[in-house]
This record gives sequence, C-alpha cells and structure tokens, in this order.
Amino acid sequence: MFYRETGDFKTSYAGDIQTFPLALDRNRFWIVVAFAFLVVPFFVNSYWEKAVLLPFFIYALAAIGLNILTGYCGQVSLGTGGFMAVGAYACYKFMTGMDIYIPMGGGEYYEILLPPLNIAACIFLGGLTTAFVGILFGLPSLRIKGFYLAVATLAAQFFLVWLFNKWEWTYNYSATGQITATETSLFGILITGPNTEPWATYLFCLTFLFIFGWIARNLVRGRIGRQWMAIRDMDIAAEIIGVNPLKAKLTAFAISSFYIGMAGALYFAVWNGAAEPTESFAIDKSFDVLFMIIIGGLGSIFGSLIGAAFIVLLPVLMKNLLVGMLGWPTDIAEYLQLIVVGGLIVFFLIKEPHGIAALWRTIKEKLRLWPFPY
Amino acid sequence: MKLGRIILAAAAIAVATPAAADLVFPSLSYRTGPYAPNGIPFADGYADYFTLVNERDGGIGGEKARVLECETGYNTEKGVECYEATKGEGSLVYQPLSTGITYQLIPKVTADNIPLHTMGYGRTSAANGKIFEWVFNYPGTYWDAASIIVKHIISEEGGDVSGKKIALVYHNSAYGKEPIRTLEELAKKHGYELLLLPVDHPGQEQKGTWLQVRKERPDYVVMWGWGVMNQVAIKEAASIRFPMDKFIGVWWSASENDVLPAGDAANGYKAITMHGVGGDFPIYADLKPHVYDKGLAAGAGDQTGTVLYNRGMQAAMLAVEAAKKAQEIHGVADITPAMMRDGMEALEITDAVLDANGLPGFMPTFAVSCDNHGVPGLGAIQQWDASTKTWSLITDFVGADRDVVDPLIAEDSGAYAAEANIAERACN
Repeated sequence: MFYRETGDFKTSYAGDIQTFPLALDRNRFWIVVAFAFLVVPFFVNSYWEKAVLLPFFIYALAAIGLNILTGYCGQVSLGTGGFMAVGAYACYKFMTGMDIYIPMGGGEYYEILLPPLNIAACIFLGGLTTAFVGILFGLPSLRIKGFYLAVATLAAQFFLVWLFNKWEWTYNYSATGQITATETSLFGILITGPNTEPWATYLFCLTFLFIFGWIARNLVRGRIGRQWMAIRDMDIAAEIIGVNPLKAKLTAFAISSFYIGMAGALYFAVWNGAAEPTESFAIDKSFDVLFMIIIGGLGSIFGSLIGAAFIVLLPVLMKNLLVGMLGWPTDIAEYLQLIVVGGLIVFFLIKEPHGIAALWRTIKEKLRLWPFPY
Repeated sequence: MKLGRIILAAAAIAVATPAAADLVFPSLSYRTGPYAPNGIPFADGYADYFTLVNERDGGIGGEKARVLECETGYNTEKGVECYEATKGEGSLVYQPLSTGITYQLIPKVTADNIPLHTMGYGRTSAANGKIFEWVFNYPGTYWDAASIIVKHIISEEGGDVSGKKIALVYHNSAYGKEPIRTLEELAKKHGYELLLLPVDHPGQEQKGTWLQVRKERPDYVVMWGWGVMNQVAIKEAASIRFPMDKFIGVWWSASENDVLPAGDAANGYKAITMHGVGGDFPIYADLKPHVYDKGLAAGAGDQTGTVLYNRGMQAAMLAVEAAKKAQEIHGVADITPAMMRDGMEALEITDAVLDANGLPGFMPTFAVSCDNHGVPGLGAIQQWDASTKTWSLITDFVGADRDVVDPLIAEDSGAYAAEANIAERACN
C-alpha cells in the first residue's frame, strides 16, 4: 500500500534498467538529494559539519570502496587504514607541491617539481595514487584467497603506516611527522584550512560522495561489476565462462583503493586538517570500515551508506543523549556506548546476516503487501 | 537514516539549550582507553579545583565556574568533536592534554578566537607569542624539559658527556617526536650520541625496544611516554636491570601510576617535574571540607595528592588566575574568550598568588608576556622512592639552555608562520 509498483509501466529498455525502476523510489531518492544539496547547506553549523556529516560522507566513501572489493569481488581486505593513509599523504604532497627526485647517477638528480594543485585535483590524484598502490598490494590476491589474503592486506596496513612514519619525504620533513593541510580554495571558496565555512566543506564532500557513489552504483551493475560478482561467487566457474581473474581482481583492487584513497584524502584535508599515520590510519580504521560494510550489507552501495551512518552516528548520538541530556559521567557513557555498539553488531549479525540493506529490502516487501499480506 | 537525523536533531537541540551565564571551562578528558591511567588523575584534579573555587569562594569574581567534561580517549577525531560540541557554549580556554589534539586545535582556535593552553605539552614553538597569539604553553615546553634533563645528566656525569650514549624512548607520535630536534642540537653541542627508539601507540609492546637498549647499552635512557606505555617501559627497564637512576622521564612519564606497577624495581626512577609533589599543601585542608566531605569529588576520588592530580589542579589554578586577571583588566565578571586571552597574556604568578591559593612554593613564579607564552621554562628533577611510595625533588628548579632552545623556537614558529600565512604581530 505504501510501497506500490502497480501502474508504473516502462516503455523503453532504458527505463527498465535504470537504478530506481520504481517512480516511488526514484522520487524519494531525488527528494533526499535535493534536500541534502539545497536545504541542508543553509542550516548546517560547524558541529553538525565536523562531528556528524563530514565523517558520515567520508566513511561512506571508504565503505563504498571496501564494499567494491569485499562485497562485490569477495576479496577480504584489512588494509583500509593504510590505503586511506596513502590517499591522505599523496593529497598532502600534491597540495604542497609534489617534488620528485630521480637519481641520474653520480649524485645528480633530475627534479620534477609540481606547483601546488587545486584541492579537487589533489583529492582525485590522492585516489589515483592509492589505486596504483592498491594494485601492487592486490597482486598476491591472484595466488591467495580468504583468510590468507586478509593477512596479506594486514601486512599492507602495517607496512604503509610504518612507511609514513619513517619516510620523511612523505611529510615534507616536518619535525613532528604530522601533515597539516594548507589553506586551499575552489572557485574562491575556502575548502581546507581553519577558516572554512561549514556549508562549503559540506557541499564539497557531499559532491564527491554523490558523483562517485553514482559511478560506483553504475559500475557494479555493469560489465565490470558482473565480472567481480562472478569471481566472488565462484572463481573457477567465472574463469571457465571467460572472466579474466587477473583483470577482474586487479580492477577491483584499483577501484576500491581509488575510493578509499579519496576518502583518506578528504579525511585529512577537509575534515581534520591534520593527520599522523599511527593514530589517524591505524588498524582500527580498517576494522571500522569493515564493520560498516558487514553491518550495512555486503554487496550493496546503499548498505555502505547505512553502515557508515550506523558506525559514525550512533556513538555521537549516544554521547549527546547520555552525557548531554542525562548528565552521565563521561567514562561510563563511553563504556556503555562501546557495549551497545558491540551488542548491536552481534545482534545484527545474528538477526540479519546480510546487513541493514537486506532488512530494508524486507521492510519494502512488507510495505508492498501491507495491510493484506498473503 | 532520516529517522536517525531527526533523533540527532532533537538531541543536538537538547544539548544546546543549557546556557546559563557562567564561566565555562571545557575539560577534554580521557577516562577510558590506554591513556586513562594518566588522564583520570589530571581530569579529577582539574574538576576538583573548580569545585573548590565554586564552593569556597562562590566562583570566580562572583561568577560560577562550570566544567564541561568531554571524553576524547586521547583520540584526535573525538577531540575535535568535543571541541566543536563545546565551543558554542562560551568556552573560555581549551586544555586538551594531548599534543595530537593540540596540533588539530591550533589553527581552529586561532580562527575561532578562543585561547588554548597547553601546559607543558603541545607545540613547543607556540611559546612565541608574536606568532601564536591564541596559544599558550607556560610554565614550560618539551624543549625546555629536554634541555633540563640533559643538564641533569651532565651534572651527574661531572660536567662532561662527550662520548656518552643517551637513548630516547618515545611515543611514536607528534608528542614523542617533539624533543628530538632539541636533543639532536644538544648532542652536537655536548658531544653525546643520541639513540632514537620509537614505541608505537599504545605502547603495550616494547620487548624489541628494550632488547635494543640491552644491545646498545646507552648510558642514559630518556623517556617521552604517556599512558600505559610508561608503566610498561619502567617494567621492561627493570627486567633488563637497567639502572633506574639513569632512566629519566619527561613530566608526563612521572606519575605514581607509572611507577607503582613495577613495584620495588622502580626504585630510583627519575623524572622532570614542573611543580611540587605530594599532598602536604595547605590547599588540601580546604579541599577536604569544601569538596571531598560534601561528596563533590570528581571521578572515584582516589587520586588526591598524586602528581597528575596536582598538575590538574595547577592547570585549573592557572586558568582561574587568568580569568581573574581578565576580569580585572576588563572590569566585567562575565568574561569572553577574547578577554580570557588578555588575562592569560597578563598573567602573573607570584608567591603571594600561590600562598593565597594554598600552594606555597608549589611552582616557580613567572609572568607571561606578549612575546613569550612559554615562561618560565623551569623544571626540577624528582626521584621515586619505592619503599615509601613517594616522589621527592632532588634538584632545584633550573632553567633550560636558552642558547639552544630559543633559536629553535624562532626557527619552528617562523616556519609555521610562513606555512599558515601569519604575520608576526607587534609586541610592546
């Protein structure tokens, strides 16, 4: 009754294969998008921006990235934090002016010095650099699977964090090993640095999420996505029907890392403004993003968004509720929040192993028949 | 997602409503996680001092002080969230007790015009008030601490450390890396060899580090640790039988919670301190009737008299004195963050102030100035006695090697100014 598909006829193939075939879904989607782009920017304040919306967008982007690799292509990865670090440090190098020295022998160097680039380009290039690194670390996936691959990506996580601690060039030889975003702007509007307006960073991150979420959604239902899913479901069968596992797995690693790298770049440049590898991109980042896609739903773009919302927003909500409204001691609230989030993860895994996205599908099914289920 | 937004909106509105006319002092504390052993006593001391001021004096200049506690877990992401959540409530001064969070907040407080007080931590070059208008790090910086520790080692060695080997065991973060530059400069000057041994967050695993200490046999080990890392390091040092009187911690590796787990083996461990030790100060006679006996003590109330509890009180006391100064300068009781900054810059801690607060001889006296936000930069060495479970000062408060530290501050703050496009302000 609330969710009707009757009378929604299609007269073209294009109409039939669109992402939201039902007018109800489509309209709902566009209303949410219009609300996010046209209404929220006028009301967003710096608390909502920094504590709620930006982390949600950035983790959603990372979750989409990991979902491409783990949910669609079936390759488990624990290297998300490390790949986010690659994105962040690459973005930092591009925004402060990339300097590359190629030894020519005899103590001579050939220098390539790039000027500081536009911030949007830096984020994009941060993603591209991560894609390249992702391919390198994806190579073992051609030989190893499952838990063993998870351990190999875990090695990537630790190696990359160690690298950004050790290799001084990556943080421009700063004494503390911290990277700090310089002030940059897009169309004359500040995007990074301390003096940004909440709506500007909000729209910047939202635009990235919208564009690349759109692309991801269309990738996974196209040719490449079907190859990934074939590999995920049974790699030998996929190979027999003509899917090239090398190509499928490495594209999954590349595109997944591209998304995660962009998320890392946004995390550093736009959201936090500074980062250090051991704390910002530690192993718990990898687990957080993995929880997001497991709770949200493996193999679902919508699931990535809902999972990110769950992991990012629930602690903030609980903190505001318990400490802000009820005046609880902060430590008890913090522990209780850990217990509740952990408990909910277990609850969802038992009650809905396919994630909240599957729950949402069930709800839609029920709403379709309500009030006369047969 | 929509429902979540509605609930969040409701929660945010509810949080935003309490806005009484009082002086707000946010406390970005951490009572959970691997740094809680050090975060809890500091947060308790900070809160208890404000409770005392409210109960005994009726507030600061007639205005009640309100401590807004927000749990950061020593995590920068949560720290920034806490900052955003509390800055709208008229927060007068931030004391995040984390160098990582400090680095995040320096540009933000500068943009929002809220003072930041990083007492003996944070970015050392913020001592240059001409460039860091909103950041203060009195009464000392990491570079002062590093220099004073080296001075102590030199005096222990009879004036000559050339050819000696000093190892730095440090938390592998912005915090732990902070003293390296100074120690390197001092190594050039005094001719000792510096060995750098990083320990990764959270610092529970240090077997490799101490194996290296055993192999390299440094004459002294200096530690820049925090949280659980401190206890583990002291236990590991004891297990390789490293002489404790050659093991010197920074003032953040200097609390009871760090040495007690190692038991008798920690006897003789040294650390630098920026204030007096113990619970014998007259202020405790005031705290008992006004705070403890009324059941108003923060936390479990079991941290009184410890090093970090005293330091929490010191932080609160400096904030209260600065607020009083600001009220005096501007002639209003309900001060704004900008007025608070003026008060901090004009802050003068004299023996009379310390006596009035029941803390005679607690810390060296100093006067903050426009161009120097890191005064006085003095430190003393304290030593742990495991049998009586007490710290005692074994040296006087001495100053750092200004010839080495000051040029470094000028260089680093200049680099920051160039990076962030900040013009040096004039001080007269």
